[in-house]
Amino acid sequence: MITAGIDMGAAFAKMVILKDGKVIGKGISKVTLDPDEAVQTVQVAALKDAGIKPEEIERICVTGSGRKLFKNAHVSVTDVTADAAGTNYLDKTIKTVIDVGGEEARAMKVSEEGKVINFAVNDKCAAGAGAFIEAMTRALELPLADFAAYSLRSTQKIPINAQCTIFAESEVVTLINELVPREDICRSVHEGISERISSMAKRVGIEEKVGLIGGPANNHGLVAALKNSLGMEILVLPEPEYVSALGAALIAARKEEG
Amino acid sequence: MSEIAQKQKEVEYWRWDEGNWKNSDIDWKKAKTISAGVDVGSVSSQAVIMCDGEVYAWGNTRSGYNTHESSNKVIAMALDDTGMKVGDIHFTVGTGYGRVKVPFANKAITEIACHARGANFMYGPIVRTVLDMGGQDLKVIRCDDKGKVENFLMNEKCAAGTGRGMEVMADLLKVPIGKVGELSFQVDEDPPPVSTTCVVFAKSEALGLLKSGWPVPKVLAAYCTAMAHRIYSQVMMVGIEKEFAITGGIAKNIGVVNRLEKELGIQIYRKTKWDTQLAGAIGGALFGRALYEKQAKK
Repeated sequence: MITAGIDMGAAFAKMVILKDGKVIGKGISKVTLDPDEAVQTVQVAALKDAGIKPEEIERICVTGSGRKLFKNAHVSVTDVTADAAGTNYLDKTIKTVIDVGGEEARAMKVSEEGKVINFAVNDKCAAGAGAFIEAMTRALELPLADFAAYSLRSTQKIPINAQCTIFAESEVVTLINELVPREDICRSVHEGISERISSMAKRVGIEEKVGLIGGPANNHGLVAALKNSLGMEILVLPEPEYVSALGAALIAARKEEG
Repeated sequence: MSEIAQKQKEVEYWRWDEGNWKNSDIDWKKAKTISAGVDVGSVSSQAVIMCDGEVYAWGNTRSGYNTHESSNKVIAMALDDTGMKVGDIHFTVGTGYGRVKVPFANKAITEIACHARGANFMYGPIVRTVLDMGGQDLKVIRCDDKGKVENFLMNEKCAAGTGRGMEVMADLLKVPIGKVGELSFQVDEDPPPVSTTCVVFAKSEALGLLKSGWPVPKVLAAYCTAMAHRIYSQVMMVGIEKEFAITGGIAKNIGVVNRLEKELGIQIYRKTKWDTQLAGAIGGALFGRALYEKQAKK
């Protein structure tokens, strides 16, 4: 049986196609000002990757903050449900999942069966999600890939006092004018956002093993800062940006059997 | 680049009017006490010079990266064309986010205290609740008839409901900030608001709305409504006692003020002849006079 999971995120749309429990195709598409565009392009990309035609997909499950944009889903689930299912499939020993997205972040305690026990969400403040780092890459005029590497080369701690993305942008400009090395500023950006993510995560009570998913999990600098804030090891799941879509695809398969 | 393109490139939509003013009817040399208040914020700085408690001169400018420089610049603007020098001022109070960095200040006083005192001067002793929207903060202050602070709430962590939030939107929509208010009313009815909790989200939403065909006034209306709602929830945490007055740059934006008035369900007290951005510096100058005269008695 072939199922698909679509995660309509704020920044990127992701799609995973499963055949009999195995991933056969994936696609990712940037969300532009025209939200329907990403809905179309992500499907084209994933179908091409899987080498199948749209009619071959039997059930579709959709998740993500923009899930209402996708009209043809058989099932619709919340982000935390999809996150838990995807993480559990990849590693059943994970008890706490932290998902950092483009505009939202969430933390959840999950059972051995991959069900959500408790969760916390930040969907009100860009400074606790990927948008914060993205804004700083613009302020520093550094591509994201370099941003992570720079932060890991920092030699001193220069705190950013601002808790807000908008204020932090001005603060970073001031730091640049004061000739603070960009490596130290990058590290500070990661430390700031990690503090906020950790505070949110602590609200659900952190139990090891902790898993990290979401696009920003690809940022090694952020991961290092998060491990530091939490004071424990964190497992970054492979291809972290797809885990939620994977979870959705698995749920689509499950419902068929049930 | 063509001349028009060059000119367009130079327009800074967020740039509100900076300036200075002096009262030529006052001869400062005859004053018993010359006091000054310097309010250095993260976005703007003001200096007010008083002669025996009457406003003699003021300056208002955008803050630079260096608060020392901002203080020196704004006092120079106030002193411009007066023949007065910094050394002629008997007592200067520094306030605002940069209050500890006003190099020539005799004392630093909190911005909350200065704003309450300043609002009392600007609007009169009937004011009991003051809303100040600064460049990077939002304050709701409850005060008595002398302008003494009884309770307050300040949010300086989040751009939503601050001047910076409005600047970002003006820049995005390419509307000079002074025109935002009137333009936001060029709609048949107010649309639903954009994000009321985050300027970054409001900005992406606004872009999406523009792309989907909303005219600029409608997007502005959505944003002003969001700001009004944000402010409303902050104000309600402290509670209102009439009269309710507004200070800071946002008081000049009817797009937000009128919608806030509607949401609060009370009339906002608007009668003042002074530029609403001067409240902190006015309060500072008044404290300066009081402190100097107390000192002189000893």
